[in-house]
Amino acid sequence: MITVEHLTKCYGDFLAVDDLSFEIDEGHVYGFLGPNGAGKSTTMNIMTGCLSATGGHVRVDGYDVFETPKEAKRRIGYLPEQPPLYLSETPEEYLRFVGQAKGLKGQALEEQIAGVMEQTRIREVRRRPISALSKGYRQRVGIAQALLGDPRVIILDEPTVGLDPIQIIEIRELIRQLGQHHTVILSSHILSEVQAICDKILIINRGKLIAFDTPEGLEKRLLAPSQITLTADGPEETVRSILGEVPHITGLEVTGAGGERTAVRLKTDLEDIYDLSRQIFFAFAGRQVALLELALKKTDLEDIFLELTEQTAGESQENGEEENP
Amino acid sequence: MSAIFKHELHNYFHSLTAYVFGAFLLAFVGIGAMYYNIQYSISNFEYVLSFGSLVFVVIVPILTMRVIAEEKKQKTDQLLYSLPITTVQVILGKYLALLVLYLIPLAIISIYPLIFAQFGQVYLPTAYGSIFAFFVLGAALIAVGTFLSSLTDNQGLAAGVGIAVILLNYYSVSLSEYATATALGSVIALLVIYVLLGLVIRYVTGNSSLAYWIAFALAAATVALFVADSAAFEGLLPNVMNQLSLFERFNTFVNGIFDVSAIVYYLTVIAFFLFLSVQSLEKRRYH
Repeated sequence: MITVEHLTKCYGDFLAVDDLSFEIDEGHVYGFLGPNGAGKSTTMNIMTGCLSATGGHVRVDGYDVFETPKEAKRRIGYLPEQPPLYLSETPEEYLRFVGQAKGLKGQALEEQIAGVMEQTRIREVRRRPISALSKGYRQRVGIAQALLGDPRVIILDEPTVGLDPIQIIEIRELIRQLGQHHTVILSSHILSEVQAICDKILIINRGKLIAFDTPEGLEKRLLAPSQITLTADGPEETVRSILGEVPHITGLEVTGAGGERTAVRLKTDLEDIYDLSRQIFFAFAGRQVALLELALKKTDLEDIFLELTEQTAGESQENGEEENP
Repeated sequence: MSAIFKHELHNYFHSLTAYVFGAFLLAFVGIGAMYYNIQYSISNFEYVLSFGSLVFVVIVPILTMRVIAEEKKQKTDQLLYSLPITTVQVILGKYLALLVLYLIPLAIISIYPLIFAQFGQVYLPTAYGSIFAFFVLGAALIAVGTFLSSLTDNQGLAAGVGIAVILLNYYSVSLSEYATATALGSVIALLVIYVLLGLVIRYVTGNSSLAYWIAFALAAATVALFVADSAAFEGLLPNVMNQLSLFERFNTFVNGIFDVSAIVYYLTVIAFFLFLSVQSLEKRRYH
């Protein structure tokens, strides 16, 4: 549906998007996740033709956004970070303008306007000026605008930012419904949100794609090289010597030592983490040292996110800069 | 394009802009008509327009200040970029809406010569020729105003700069008498103009080296020409100031000559500034 190839965007010396490539299939809700200034908005702006790229291609349904913008844009509905609303107009007038600009006319236009107002539940405010609407309603008008022309892809940049908890739940519900008929791409820096609504997650940091998987897949993937924490009934040297005999331990960190007990955190590259814990158990048993505690840490998405973004931060030595809109 | 056009017109009539613009134009021309045609019983309606053209200094910036600046400020330009319409269509739609807005009071004004003709001898071809030229002059100024509005997201600044530019243009012929007519003075003035031109090119295209080279090439050519034949630069500055005056050409029509070359000049100005507006809007996409 959307193919992004080697996308690069520089603002002067600052590399906002760095050789980004990914492919988006039809009919899922995709989450664009990254810390502030990761290049999420920049990427979305380029995908919708609002911004030029320094290099690379974006194709929507086979149409290049830069070479055949009309065809590509017709297939995309976009809600930027700040909803682009004419505050002096009513939602109805505003939607009529956007619909006409998207090439809708007459009966089809009226039907679509009625349809999207129904879908986003803004019927009751359609005759009020947008300036008098709450932020939640404004966001809905923005989404309604994106839905006009029945685009196959809907791109929403931080759709729940600045809303109160009830509005957030409503907007999420709406996005979930949209996902049934459209391909939805949304960006967020809130993990739980992406985890709650998205079928697939793209994590980007410093303009680079660092992960692209389902929420479960991401968790599973990062459970494997995971951590074991244990507390043994013995001094540090004994514990170290016992663990030294166990293969596949890639990292060892003593988190608490003193007196009789030693707490250790281990890292491993072994696929089967249970196999390792079995080996550890028998190693300690063989030396007659009691294991007081043995825990496998199941990584959640929060850890993955932090770990992935920290990794890339360590790799490149650039300073974090604020994202340009 | 028609969507933008309708939307803009709708906006103007739902805000005060259209009415303020129309009222100002009609009031000013009305005062002129009362003064010349009624009080002094002069049958030439074109004199009224010549007097009325000063009102452009105020009303054109009021009309054009928000046309693009407001879109930038409200971030609605993002919507325009993401819609399946081109920047050329956006600018043309907006410009045509402004022209229609301008044509409405002008249509009322065009009735005046017919009314006066009931009470005396009015030479209608000059009157209507002048009204036509008045329209094209205003259209050119509106194109300039549109461009100025595209440079900033601050309406007030767009209006202020617009007033200054149009006022300067209005008085450029009078000012040219005070400008130095010596060859050296003209060359220095030209060099200053090249620097300004370079700055505009750099701002609009975002390409510094292109701007430097164009300004440098023009400056080098001018200096070389000056060294070769300094007499060619005698009186050049006042001449250029005269040539740049949009209002001066309008006076030809008032004097009863339908000057086609002036019409071509105005159309060129319109095309040039609309082109610059498109570039200025596109530039945000390419920054």
